[in-house]
Amino acid sequence: MKKLINDPADVVADALRGIEAAHPDRLRVDHEQKVIYRADAPVKGKVGLISGGGSGHEPMHGGFVGPGMLDAACCGEVFTSPVPDQMMAATKEVDGGAGVLHIVKNYTGDVMNFEMAAEMAAEDAGVRVESIVTDDDVAVQDSLYTAGRRGVGVTVLLEKLVGAAAEEGRDLDAVLEIAKRVNGNGRSMGMALTSCTVPAAGKPTFELGEDEMEVGIGIHGEPGREKRPLAPAREIAAQLVEPILSDFDFTGAPAIVMMNGMGGTPLIELYLMYGEVTKILEAQGISVARCLVGNYITSLEMAGCSVTMLRADDELLKLWDAPVNTPGLRWGC
Amino acid sequence: MTLDLNSAGAWLADYAAQIHENADLLTDLDRQIGDADHGSNMDRGMKAVAALDTADFDDAAAYLKKAGMTLVSTVGGASGPLYGTFFLRFAGAIGEGDTAGVGAALRAGLDGVKQRGKAETGDKTMIDALAPAVDAFEAAGDSLDTALTAAAEAAAKGRDEATPLVARKGRASYLGARSADHQDPGATSMTLLIESAARTLVGR
Repeated sequence: MKKLINDPADVVADALRGIEAAHPDRLRVDHEQKVIYRADAPVKGKVGLISGGGSGHEPMHGGFVGPGMLDAACCGEVFTSPVPDQMMAATKEVDGGAGVLHIVKNYTGDVMNFEMAAEMAAEDAGVRVESIVTDDDVAVQDSLYTAGRRGVGVTVLLEKLVGAAAEEGRDLDAVLEIAKRVNGNGRSMGMALTSCTVPAAGKPTFELGEDEMEVGIGIHGEPGREKRPLAPAREIAAQLVEPILSDFDFTGAPAIVMMNGMGGTPLIELYLMYGEVTKILEAQGISVARCLVGNYITSLEMAGCSVTMLRADDELLKLWDAPVNTPGLRWGC
Repeated sequence: MTLDLNSAGAWLADYAAQIHENADLLTDLDRQIGDADHGSNMDRGMKAVAALDTADFDDAAAYLKKAGMTLVSTVGGASGPLYGTFFLRFAGAIGEGDTAGVGAALRAGLDGVKQRGKAETGDKTMIDALAPAVDAFEAAGDSLDTALTAAAEAAAKGRDEATPLVARKGRASYLGARSADHQDPGATSMTLLIESAARTLVGR
């Protein structure tokens, strides 16, 4: 394992010191609880937005803390969900009197820890907490016999859109409605060219031959549904977009599309892939109204990418265009 | 014998040592069908539990409850809430710490894990070791010693019987059929817990 680290056990703590040093004007960090706050939290009268999960997905979620997006991000160990204490601390800290929304990705650990935090917050009284669990990954069969679809790329779009709605001063019910609409109308699919190495594990999570790729991955270095032979970009784009389009109808409405890198793929390849994706969408009569191309929800140094599509409408596009000022996403301000 | 404050402390000290010794194995099992962190997460949590001083507690129930809270607060992932819930429920049902109390505690712990994880026997999780252990404990009768020995054997058997299964809960379920023929990390760490109980509590 070759990594720029001190001790595998200190990766998250050391990174948090760097994040604080890089953005002292916008963020503050509770090093004890490992929570990143926007500098001016709590914002009086605004619904508080908290997300979080394992570390290793940067810029998500800490990089999306700031005006127009999250109020706080709870940072777990690498690929390990945070613990209820962190969410409890963050919930109390960001409540500006309008309640708090927990944005949770559908992974067993994240769901259970946020659930315990919400139970504890209810017992502790005072703060009204609602939750949205994102589950946009079409690679996972959603049935009684799996943990359900994973929450992946749509989480990024949701944090932006719900962040704008909260910033406008909408109440908790209205903010929750936007969250449900975004999750319900969004789908993702990912692939990997290489594994990543979790620092505490010290070796790659899975092996892939030079001529192989893993299709249907999540964001934790866990293998996907199947290994396939490596193919040209245009074929990989089709293998990602087709399952999305066959799962949900994206015709007849503007789409927001994210071509996301898993951490180890250069932008030239992501732009190349985005070009291939738009070609497929154009041929299907789907108009892309807004897009993101870059590393937004990553898996350490994994090479690969994911495509996320959201069926939008005028209201969602307006929320999308609203100002946002975070380390990972910034426009209109 | 009974499960009292001292023996509970010995049990969890032994389990912490077992987890530390097997951390690489657990992480490696998790690397194959999960996200490669089970050993390091459990080791972090059990180190924090081992740092608790039994002298600070009035009885085994108070100590085991604190151990559960400590796991919830330090482990993260799915194991934190699951092992935390196990010990919280276990502590709440332990009564006098006699055979009936420990049996009730194990059953309450199992129910808690099922409820928290929404999983059942056969889903290829820690329940596949814990559920047969609880059944064997209850079937084994009056002596805590015999009951714990039977429970440890049943846990190991349950862990091995889960190996060929296709996972239906947790991270491994995303692998579908590819999760078959891999030993489940959760069932493995749960077996270590029951084996630790048998090793430290029997004959005391």
